[in-house]
Amino acid sequence: MSESDVRSLKLGETVYIFGPVITGRDEMHIRALEYAREGKEVPPDLEGAALFHCGPIMRDNGNGGWSVVAAGPTTSARMNKLEPEMIRRFCIRAVIGKGGMSKETAQAMKETGCVYLAATGGAAVSLAEGLGICKGAEWEDLGMPEAMWRFETDRFGPLIVAIDSQGNSLYEKVSSSLVRVF
Amino acid sequence: MKRLPEPPEDVVVNLLRLANTRIPDDIGWALEAAAGWETGEIARIQLGAVLENIKKAEHLGVPMCQDTGIPVFYVRGKFDSSIVSAIAAGVEKATRIIPLRPNTVDPITRENYGSNLGPGMPVIHFVPGDVPYTEITVLPKGAGSENMTRLAMLNPADGVEGIKKFVQGAVLDAGGRPCPPSVVGVGIGGTSDRCAAMAKEALLIPLDCDNPDPVLGKMEEELFSALNSSGLGPMGLGGSSTVLGVRIKKEACHTASLPVAVNIGCWATRRASARIWDDGVEYSQGAVF
Repeated sequence: MSESDVRSLKLGETVYIFGPVITGRDEMHIRALEYAREGKEVPPDLEGAALFHCGPIMRDNGNGGWSVVAAGPTTSARMNKLEPEMIRRFCIRAVIGKGGMSKETAQAMKETGCVYLAATGGAAVSLAEGLGICKGAEWEDLGMPEAMWRFETDRFGPLIVAIDSQGNSLYEKVSSSLVRVF
Repeated sequence: MKRLPEPPEDVVVNLLRLANTRIPDDIGWALEAAAGWETGEIARIQLGAVLENIKKAEHLGVPMCQDTGIPVFYVRGKFDSSIVSAIAAGVEKATRIIPLRPNTVDPITRENYGSNLGPGMPVIHFVPGDVPYTEITVLPKGAGSENMTRLAMLNPADGVEGIKKFVQGAVLDAGGRPCPPSVVGVGIGGTSDRCAAMAKEALLIPLDCDNPDPVLGKMEEELFSALNSSGLGPMGLGGSSTVLGVRIKKEACHTASLPVAVNIGCWATRRASARIWDDGVEYSQGAVF
């Protein structure tokens, strides 16, 4: 995914990903930033990644590989404190998750050229199909949900462009016009 | 329909498989109804993806959501202390064979136990009862919705208006994080701990039955219509289906207190129950607690 690909995406648009996607949640973010700050090597997949906030259910397929059983998005807001630095350090091009992210994260997306793509929370079986082939994992010691899983996706989605590369957020639009009856 | 007797450990595996792979009828119907009345394009895409996912999970016999949660158990009727180790063995086995995601970790070191067990796990609530069977109910609770739990010790003077305002705030402030359209469980009264427990128990009440208390029933309807006119919508991306239902329970409380707790269930509010009789086991997903 190039910067110009990402810059061309419009808020509210539906997209599908064909190509590499990595997973990462709280512990993966913490370790990636810790290693990068200390000058230690990090997996090259991080550079320019499409980063899926997801802790999948994986099944050992018995011949040294893994297959994905269920893989929906996790709540992205938990990564709010870590994501701006992740985006700036590794030029993350797309963050895929649910529930949206902070203004600070949207600002980092605007600066470097990154979008937030909303996956349907809980649609774990359909999304697992789109993730396709598992290319292995990094940092398996973090445990199944927290490890960095690598996938070669084939029509992964539907995903909604919920924060565009100008930092505009669909969540902001919705929350600023919420009707409170009581 | 009654199935032949099975060891309690296997009943627990069956319960976890049923709860995780098949949506309860009432929740499925509510989701289809929501898809029927939604008009926004993005909201319709979300509900379409949810309904398609439910079909695939049931067809393939795999968990509908990767967050198979913390299984919360309710044991009612006849039981002795051996039920604890039977439930634990069932959870461990289900984690391996269904499979479920190993979710339990040490809260400080964050090390994963790998089995969904660990100190204090599985969570089991016991309700003694004079019935000729043992009823085991499971509510697998994912963290996206559980993390949005709120408890308020309101002033008695805040009254019904204060309760409605607090519930509305808890749901709307949670935004898209608990995977709406959600089921809203509310506990009113009790002590602080009982109140939180009631809010979760309320998620076990099917959406297609009336609250036996007309005052609570009216509050459920008012909150349902207020939340669905809020505009939050599926996944917090906007729309007219924010909640599938609101269920409220109440118990007596201290004269100086008005505890209120909100426990949100995601669209995948999963549950399954088994009644273990001497001559067989009956399974259902319409648990009324």
